[in-house]
Amino acid sequence: MRRIGDAPATRAILITLATLLTTLFLVVPLASIFYQAFAEGLAPFWHNLSDQYTRQAIMLTLLIALVTVPVNLVFGVFLAWLVTRFSFPGRRLLQTFIDIPFAVSPVVAGLLYLLLYGRTGWLGSLLSEADVQLMFAWPGMVLVTIFVTCPFVARELIPLMQAQGSADEEAAVTLGAGGWTLFRRVTLPKIRWALVYGVILTNARAIGEYGAVAMVSGTIRGETVTLPLQVELLYQDYNTVGAFTSAALLAAIAVVTLVVKGVLEWHTQRRGKRHA
Amino acid sequence: MRARVLPGFTLSLGVTLLFVSLILLLPMTSLVGQLAGLSWSQYWAAITDPRLLASYRVTLLAAATASLFNALFGLLLAWVLARYAFPGKRVLDALMDLPFALPTAVAGITLATLYSRNGAIGALLAPYGIEIAYSWLGIALAMAFTSVPFVVRTVQPVLEDLPTRTDEAALTLGASNFYAFRRVIWPHIRPAVITGTGLSFARSLGEFGAVIFIAGNMPYETEVVSLMLATRLEEYDYAGAAAIASVVMLVSLLLLLAINLWQGRFYRRLHGGSFPG
Amino acid sequence: MLTTSPLRHAALAATLGLAFAGSAAQAADRTLLNASYDVSRELFADLNPQFVEQWQNDHDETVEIQMSHAGSSTQARAILQGLDADVVTFNQVTDVNVLAEQGGLIPEDWQSRLPNQSSPWYSTMAFLVREGNPHNIQSWSDLVGSDVSLIFPNPKTSGNGRYTYLAAWAATQQNNDGDEQATRDYMRQLLRNVEVFDTGGRGATNTFVERGIGDVLITFESEANGIVQQYGEDDYDVIVPPVDIMAEFPVTWVDENLDSDADRALAKAYLEFLYSEPAQRTLAENYYRVNDENVSEEFADRFPQTDMLRVNDVFGSWDNVMQTHFASGGTLDQLQRR
Repeated sequence: MRRIGDAPATRAILITLATLLTTLFLVVPLASIFYQAFAEGLAPFWHNLSDQYTRQAIMLTLLIALVTVPVNLVFGVFLAWLVTRFSFPGRRLLQTFIDIPFAVSPVVAGLLYLLLYGRTGWLGSLLSEADVQLMFAWPGMVLVTIFVTCPFVARELIPLMQAQGSADEEAAVTLGAGGWTLFRRVTLPKIRWALVYGVILTNARAIGEYGAVAMVSGTIRGETVTLPLQVELLYQDYNTVGAFTSAALLAAIAVVTLVVKGVLEWHTQRRGKRHA
Repeated sequence: MRARVLPGFTLSLGVTLLFVSLILLLPMTSLVGQLAGLSWSQYWAAITDPRLLASYRVTLLAAATASLFNALFGLLLAWVLARYAFPGKRVLDALMDLPFALPTAVAGITLATLYSRNGAIGALLAPYGIEIAYSWLGIALAMAFTSVPFVVRTVQPVLEDLPTRTDEAALTLGASNFYAFRRVIWPHIRPAVITGTGLSFARSLGEFGAVIFIAGNMPYETEVVSLMLATRLEEYDYAGAAAIASVVMLVSLLLLLAINLWQGRFYRRLHGGSFPG
Repeated sequence: MLTTSPLRHAALAATLGLAFAGSAAQAADRTLLNASYDVSRELFADLNPQFVEQWQNDHDETVEIQMSHAGSSTQARAILQGLDADVVTFNQVTDVNVLAEQGGLIPEDWQSRLPNQSSPWYSTMAFLVREGNPHNIQSWSDLVGSDVSLIFPNPKTSGNGRYTYLAAWAATQQNNDGDEQATRDYMRQLLRNVEVFDTGGRGATNTFVERGIGDVLITFESEANGIVQQYGEDDYDVIVPPVDIMAEFPVTWVDENLDSDADRALAKAYLEFLYSEPAQRTLAENYYRVNDENVSEEFADRFPQTDMLRVNDVFGSWDNVMQTHFASGGTLDQLQRR
């Protein structure tokens, strides 16, 4: 069988070009992060990593991700179920709403939250009377991260569930399955990998979010500084190695994310082939 | 409307509406609140300041360049990844998602380090008079980097799903490779290419974290809209900032809406309109 | 099985949150949050341990000083929106005024609460040039040569940049006997010579030092000397022009954010400590100019003589400066217009 672009010359040229461009455009920046982190050897790297503020930044970043991911996971599943399994007025509008975080620049997102929950905002002034501080503390940073990352799970699920249709679920209901059993036994196995992929994306973005979090952080060292903010702070402290140490940590998380995703995809493909 | 056989409508509607109102819509009220304080003429003046107009131009130009680059780069990579088997393919494939996984601020600092006059890549280009960091090219570079995955990831699945017989038919008729690609493959992937490019463009318009480290921030030359917004805040002018934010939001939302509608049409065409997409 | 997993997540998050909240609280009896400007990190890293030790000796209490660094205006905005800072140490009077005028967080007469208009130290603008000063930059008028490229932060977003703008304006105005048109022409050329407008002081430093861009970096004298200390005396020279501006560094405690008399006393003691001789010595060691006579004599050779003009004398008041020069459509915008 012959396919377009199968001529050995075309093939070689295109693969080489793609590899070259990717190397220049993606691999070199990635490599340079690690190069700069280890520029002065292993000792400064470890020293920077064990810095108290860096450790606290890691903890805060993990906390934000740990709260954000489950919240958006639950929301994403409900939303996807709603818009793919039912037809009701306003469905298209709801789907556009979920795209708002993609349309709003993260800085604007942070600003909106600040204007609402800050001391001068109408909700914020009520909260501050009740002595509740959301902004410039970790709850506010969690809130904006939830905002910024909420479309990822839903966006992964909706096209898939749409394509799958609801015939299986309807059959199960006719057989008398209840809501939870239906979801767990029929739907979940079909969307599992898309769900995991959505979680991975949400997690990566929650760890790496910069613009929105910076707006509501107040950058109190050791308290409200996340890892990406720590990168910038150290960078401005004449501590390039320190900055790139934190950056390397974030890049390492990114690489792990990519590997996990790659393994998952490979897994899905294999399953796909087996079932086909 | 069909009968609701499936359970969970009320529950999922309730959860979704609660979440959408609290997380997404409530903060929007503060934007409206700020804008309500402006008269139409004040609003118009706030969004048509000459320096701001220049920053629209810079942002649009850089975002267009970035998404055009991504269209070509993405098409090439999607083709190579979908059509060929070669060693290292899995790594190349995984790398495509790197810009989404890497925090934008890290990307910005790294790109500025690499592409400035004394950086590893910048030093190679400097003798030829090519300056990337601190010029609008740098802005375009940062935007392109952060939105790489959009085109690749929308085109790749479409290419993978194309049946082999499409190619064969064209080639047995004696068409050249290029002609066959243009006449047979391109019509199939065009919607995906346009969707991906559109998403990449929308993302680029709002990009701040990566851009701010590599933009020269020169008035009328390398100031992006996000920076103008930050400047308004610096002047304690929340209404002015909100006005700029509203313009950016409107453009991006319209773009996304257009993409959604286009996708819907495309989807219906592919699947015969069986589901109200 | 599945039901336990969200629970486990929640529990994990809660534990982590507690561990996190606990980490700061268990360390010290009291905490004090100091919201400061961008380039004061090294300074307070030196000053804070001294105060902590002094307080420990006098009151038998451990105090933790938390620092938050960002541009002065960014900090003021954050405090207006609810950042719970106990004291502010800024580089611009206007940003403290805002706390009184827009937020009512401090009294209008805050400047009279501490000596020297509540400014424990001051500085001026300096030129950092590359080794040997190839363009022979000595004063403000040398900066507008057609082949000189400048780096200083954006006056729109940085207090550092604003002082540079005001110093250049004031010095030139004095030089040409108040001919405003000539001053404007000079300023237009000065702004045109800028190669990169970073948003903050440290961004500009990085552009000049790490990226190697520009012939002259204009920044605070303290920052310029700090760079020389950090990156080697052989590579750069610090030049202080003969006519310059007095950059004040106002400090005050934020009354509305201090809940008890004990907190107020701590905040006040912290700021008063900045006027004490040991603190003033540390400031001078960090190349800030101080008013303490013994200390300034001791460090006299570090600080070149210069005629320091005051913002209030040249421009009327800070409010006036902000209105006419830096507001949207103000003089700065006009000068940068094409």
